[in-house]
Order: sequence, then C-alpha cells, then structure tokens
Amino acid sequence: MKNNRRNFIKLAGLAAAGLCVAPKTTLASGGGHSPVKPGANARNAKRWAMVVDTRRINTDEDIKALQDVCHAVHNVPDVPTNQNIMWIWSAPYEECFPEQHNPYLDDDVKERSYMLLCNHCDNPPCVRVCPTKATFKRPDGIVAMDYHRCIGCRYCMAGCPYGSRSFNFGEPREYLDPTKLNPEFPTRMRGVVEKCNFCVERLAKGLQPACVEASDGAIVFGDLADKDSDVRKVLRENFTIRRKPTAGTEPSVYYII
Amino acid sequence: MLERALKGSPRYWAWIGFLLVIIGAGALVWINQLTVGLKITGMNRDVSWGFYIAQFTYLVGLAASGVMIVLPYYFHKYKPNKHMVIFGEFMAIAACIMCLLFIIVDIGQPQRMMNMIFHPTPNSILFWDMIVLNGYLFLNLMCGWVCLEHDRMHLPHPKWVKPFIIISIVWAFSIHTVTAFLYQGLPGRHYWLTAILAARFLASAFCSGPAILLLVLKITEKVTTFKMPRRAVATLTKIIAYAMVVNMFFFLLEVFTSFYSNLPGHMHPIVYLFSGAHGHHELVPWMWTFIAFAAISLALLIPPKLRNNQKILPWALVILVIATWIDKGLGLLIGGFNPTPFDTITPYWPTGKELMVSAMIYASGALVVTILFKIATSVKEELGDSQALPCGCSTEDDDCDCGSVAETEEAPAAEAAEATA
Repeated sequence: MKNNRRNFIKLAGLAAAGLCVAPKTTLASGGGHSPVKPGANARNAKRWAMVVDTRRINTDEDIKALQDVCHAVHNVPDVPTNQNIMWIWSAPYEECFPEQHNPYLDDDVKERSYMLLCNHCDNPPCVRVCPTKATFKRPDGIVAMDYHRCIGCRYCMAGCPYGSRSFNFGEPREYLDPTKLNPEFPTRMRGVVEKCNFCVERLAKGLQPACVEASDGAIVFGDLADKDSDVRKVLRENFTIRRKPTAGTEPSVYYII
Repeated sequence: MLERALKGSPRYWAWIGFLLVIIGAGALVWINQLTVGLKITGMNRDVSWGFYIAQFTYLVGLAASGVMIVLPYYFHKYKPNKHMVIFGEFMAIAACIMCLLFIIVDIGQPQRMMNMIFHPTPNSILFWDMIVLNGYLFLNLMCGWVCLEHDRMHLPHPKWVKPFIIISIVWAFSIHTVTAFLYQGLPGRHYWLTAILAARFLASAFCSGPAILLLVLKITEKVTTFKMPRRAVATLTKIIAYAMVVNMFFFLLEVFTSFYSNLPGHMHPIVYLFSGAHGHHELVPWMWTFIAFAAISLALLIPPKLRNNQKILPWALVILVIATWIDKGLGLLIGGFNPTPFDTITPYWPTGKELMVSAMIYASGALVVTILFKIATSVKEELGDSQALPCGCSTEDDDCDCGSVAETEEAPAAEAAEATA
C-alpha cells in the first residue's frame, strides 16, 4: 500500500510537471509567431527576392538616398560611432564580393559602390544559431526579427557572413529625432539586434519595399517562384551575381553587374 | 559544511575582503552597463563578441581541467590522485560559475535570458552549451559535495554517486567540444571554420586548466597544511606537458592547412594576427609572445629533470597559462572577427569598464574557489589526508623516505642509549 501511494505521488508529480511544460514547448516550437496581419491587398509570394541594378545605383550618394528613406521609415537611429545601426549601406566591390575580384576587372565595375542589405538567405546562418528563435525565416523567405524575444547574445551577428545585422549597444532612441519618427513602425530598445526586414510591414499593406519605391525602377522586387514575375524577367535578361556563394546561404538579393 | 569557511586566519579574511572589494567595484561598473547598455564596451558592429565571450571560452577549459585528475583515479584506479579529486571538482564548479556569469554580462537583455529555456531551440549550439555547462556545474556540485560530506563523516562514498562521476568525466569533454562548436560552424569566420577547433580546444584545455589548478593547489599548500602527493603532481605535470605539445601541434596543422592551400580566407586571420594587415598590427606583439612563451614552457616542461624540479615548475606553468590565454582568451576571438567577412579590419580592444566587469567575475570565481578549497582542506586536515610531513612530503607518498630520515635521527639516540647502558 505504502509503495503504491508513493508511486501514485511520483506519477502525479511527473504528470503535473509534464502539463506545465508541454503546452509551452509546443507553443515555442511552432514557428510563425509573427504578429503581422496581412491586409486585404497584401502582397504575397512564395519566395521574395530583390535585384539591384548596379549600373544605375552605384554611387555613395545614390545609396545614401535609399538608406535615408529606409532608415526614416524604420526609425533606424543614426549612431555616429562604429556601434552604429545600418539596414542599408554602401561598400566597394571588394567588400561586396570578396571572393570574386580580379586585378583586371573593368574600372567601371570596380569603382562602383554597391548597396548592401540583409540577403534574406535560403539557408540563413543567423536563424540556425539563434538560441531563442528571435530571428526566424518566414514561409515567404523573409528573415525576420522578433525584437521582444531577442536576448541580445549577438550570436546571429557572428553567424551572418554578410555583416548585415546591427546591435543596439546603447539606447537607440537617444539618436532619433522625436519630431521625425514614423508612427507606423516601432522604435527599438537597447540590447537587441535588428536588420533589414524587406519591409514586411509595407508588403502587408500592398506596398513595395521603401528602397524599391525610391529607386525609380533600379531595384526590382518580386516573387522568385513566379516565372512571370518582374524579378524573374530581370534575372532572365541580365547577368547577375550574388554575394559569397561559397557560404552556401543562397542569398535572395541579386546584383546586375 | 559551509560553516568551515567562516573560521579562518586574519590573512584568510583579508583575502576574502580583497576579493569582495573587487567584486563590489566591478558590480558598480556592471550596474552602469545594465543602465546604459553594452556601449561601454569596445565591441562594435563588426566585432560583436569581445573580451567577455573570450574569457568564457578560456574558462570552459579550466572547468574541463579537473577531469585530468578525476579520470585517472576513476578509470585507471590511479591511487595518488585520490585526495586531489575533490579539488578538480571544486575548481570546475568555480569555472562553470564564471563561464555562466561571463555569458550573463555579455547579453544585451539579461532579464530575458530565460527565453533560452522557454523557447528551447535545439538547432542553436548556444542552447546545447547552456545544457552542458549547467549540467557540468550540477554534476560537480553534487559529486564533490556528496563525496566530501561522506569523507567528513568517515563513511565510504555512496554507490549511487559513482555513475554520476562517470557521467561527469564524459561530460567534461562535451563542454569544450560544444563550446568549440559555437565557433566552428559559422560560414563567415574562416579562423574558426576548421574541423580541428574542438580538438584544439580540448588540447589547450587539458594543458592550461590543470596548469591553473596546479598553481592554485601550490598556493593552497602554502597557506594550509594540505600537501599534494608527489606522484600525483608528477603525473599531472606530465599530462600538462603532453597536452601542450598536442596543442601546439594542432596549431601548426592550422598553419600548414592555411598556407599550403594558399586559400586567402584561411590565411588572412593568421597573417593579421602574426604580422598585421591593412596597417593594423594590434595583436602582433601579443601573438609572438604567445609563440615565445609556448616554446619556453615546452622547453621547461618536456625534459623530465626540469619538469620535476618544483622550483622551476610554477614558472613554467605561469608561462604556459599566459601563452594559452593569449592564444585562446584573446587571439582566437579577435582573430575570428578580424578580418571581417569583407576582408577589412575593424580593430577591437576591451575598454577599462569591460575589464572591471571581467575582474568582478574573476574575483567571484576566486571567492568560490577560496571557500570551497577552504572547506575541502579543513576536512582533509581533520582526517589527516594529504597532509604535509616535516620533511616536506605528503602523507600520501608511499615512496617517501622521511620514514628513514626519522629512523636515522632515532638511530644515534638509540646507540647513545645503548652506550650509556
């Protein structure tokens, strides 16, 4: 009898512990915790991708203009040190394509500035290494961030082979002009990682990403899975390369050279 | 048993007070970091991990080191290690605590750290690192405490604890392997992207860890009546020497792979570390110090005559610890982030505040070691285990000749007695 009662208590304890843990773990392991609710005219795709025409966008000023639009829309602070936050930035050819330069490259190609942003990879190392699923890949291929889940371990920054992620080392709101905030996009807090999100919030409203809209047709955005889409058309008609093919991440940002 | 740490000499209390002052000062800086964020550190967009994570990596090696005492005793029935086991386990406890603290101070939103448990993510190596580190801490706390408690009560060690000790021995290898995997699987960081990194971590852990442990035990011998058996010291030193040889061999394998293959990505970090690149030479003197110190430590540890000379040994160990610290606590991390994945150099150097917070954690570790070693040595003293004999040997030395010394001292007296008779 005594033994039975002991066994019963053990079992009950285990069951109670299981009940406490089970719903949590199933909740946690289920992806798709993005709260973005697509509107009626939302843009949908199986695989979003971007093609940057470097023949048309190739100076620091061109890229700065796009950066300003992007950073204004997303309330990205302008931190003056190298602890800065960048969603879009520019770099010379060797930094953009470190594995693909040769000494006799056409001067025009070599001297261009290249627009850099998150590549929204097919195999994103940042998602693979994140210990809390704060960064995750959406079914449409966009690599997104949950700023409220992020613990700020910066493992994703070590993992990203493109340096596309920024960390809020200090309080980001100190570097924002409160009169120029975009009320439709949240500001971030200190201690979290952030990056380009392919403007998911604009796609949900049926808009193009902000940089695409501001590029006057020099950046094309669309669905890779749809062979009649604009991106597929541009990719068919032009020679394009992607960054760091050896990293195996399969970026979805293409560059027309 | 904790009350044993409350009785001590003024010197003991002065040391505890000193550690508390450092912890207090570091804590103030840490509070500053909590209120303004990690901007007080030297880290930046390109170098997103710094001194904290480097120290964590180095100390995982210290945590794994105790196994070099525990393993010979439990797997090979190597008796001289019997009374040393507890110190290996207690050192591992302190090292695990320091490792976990270094992670806590490094994260940007520490109040959310339980997200690692609420949202378990098995594809992240950091998740497994948390499991192995906490697991190892728990195993050592349990095994160490239970065994010491039974020693104190003059009871044999309980049978049920043995499987946990065996698990902890295997587990020790896992903590360093998993920590190496943290680095090893990242496509953008060529200095870390090498299959031998885990093996290199283990080799460097098994020389640097026991070296630190041996140095701490030497200090323990000075301030208590505890005395290590000579044969245990000799074995441990041999292990340190061999592990350092393997460690440097693995390093040379890296150099060969990089330069014979001539792959730029693999060469850049090593070139940057040892000769500088793009006008950045911050680490060059450090890395050559590492090479020089590694060579000196090997020269002092390989020849048995020098290795067994207890006057030279502490110096050899200190030199070895400095060499391995530069390699793993500085070069590995900075060399991994620098050059950046775009072949540029973003220099990183820890700030004073970063060093203060790190000092706080090191002092906390020293405090834990002091308290645990104090307890362990006081129990050993009570039982008469591993105590210093007048001749300088340990009571555990079975080949000690102090018995004969005592006899020869007695002999003339006996002769004199005979003569008077």
